[in-house]
Amino acid sequence: MEDKQQPLFSAANRKLLLTPIGKNNPITMQVLGICSALAVTVKLEPAFVMAVSVTVVIALSNLIISLLRNTIPPRIRIIVQLTVIAALVILVDQFLKAFVYDVSKQLSVFVGLIITNCIVMGRLEAFAMANKPWQSLLDGIGNGAGYGMILIIVAFFRELLGSGTLWGYPVIPEAAYEAGYVNNGMFILPPMALIAVGIIIWIQRARHKELIEK
Amino acid sequence: MENLLNIFVKSIFIDNMIFAYFLGMCSYLAVSKTVKTSVGLGFAVIFVLGITMPINYAIENFLLKKGALSWINPELAGIDLSFLSFIIFIAVIAAIVQLVEMIVEKISPTLYNALGIFLPLIAVNCAIMGGALFMQEREYASIAEASVFGLGSGIGWLIAVVGIAAIREKVRYSNIPAPLRGLGITFIITGLMGIAFMAFMGIKL
Repeated sequence: MEDKQQPLFSAANRKLLLTPIGKNNPITMQVLGICSALAVTVKLEPAFVMAVSVTVVIALSNLIISLLRNTIPPRIRIIVQLTVIAALVILVDQFLKAFVYDVSKQLSVFVGLIITNCIVMGRLEAFAMANKPWQSLLDGIGNGAGYGMILIIVAFFRELLGSGTLWGYPVIPEAAYEAGYVNNGMFILPPMALIAVGIIIWIQRARHKELIEK
Repeated sequence: MENLLNIFVKSIFIDNMIFAYFLGMCSYLAVSKTVKTSVGLGFAVIFVLGITMPINYAIENFLLKKGALSWINPELAGIDLSFLSFIIFIAVIAAIVQLVEMIVEKISPTLYNALGIFLPLIAVNCAIMGGALFMQEREYASIAEASVFGLGSGIGWLIAVVGIAAIREKVRYSNIPAPLRGLGITFIITGLMGIAFMAFMGIKL
């Protein structure tokens, strides 16, 4: 019954891990999980914590659902998936509150919103329900990383241009301020996150012509 | 009364779900291709937010909050169940959406046909869950305030989604750089709309 055993990092499995980071990025191509993503990108640190949390939740929920996939009745699968996701998110939330309290305060409701983040549900429905646990875990990590990458790129530019710092440390030299350089306060405000993502999509599609929409 | 009106205006214009918090972006991008479908989903969101918000408020304040159980027995005052709030809120939302779908189907088939396909989508719309979590975080003083906040957020979402749908219908005839077509330009337009909405910032009644 069992088909031929593949090596753990065969070409197909590497592809699962890597395509979501590049061409099939969950944010810029699949349009999933934008909801809770952008509000946390004012600073690099919360964006990084958010990226790690989402990756953990996607990877583990993909793994769990994939292990259970043959026992879940199709009619109630959404409820089962939501329960698994919600339980994992509660774990992540309690963990953040215990170890990085400041960041968890900054993230406020957005940790809870990982539950309704369409990326998690989307990957469960599209991948974990039909694939083996190891592949699902890789797919989860890949999608989490692709999502986190966009978050970190946006946060990098917003923090650098908006507050002149990176990870809380000032990087723009004093001399620049004395010469008349001013931080662009616009980048701290929410609309710039949307425009930044728009520009990332623009650059990505200009590089890969086959992704252009008609 | 003044306080309620203030929360209402604030939740529509200043703390707009889309422009200030990016909540419900997935369905926002998915249905905003035509005005007609966006109006349908917008009303469904108002509907569900308006119903789930008071229910979640009651659950939060009579079951989950620290000391909330003291109405059953003063000995229970020390129990804090707030870590359960995520799973309970999402369960309530999913259940209410299912219930609303069944009731609407029974009572008003016309409304069901209009909202039908959108209702199941709403259970995983971040705007609904986000509303519940904001309600929890901001600690509204009464159930009326929470309901008004729910309705206001829903209306704000409707305005945003109908606005972008109307713009997208026109943008189709414009000459946009090819890589920016579709998703890219929608993001940028949403950003520009958000800048426009920032003009409301600081309004207080």
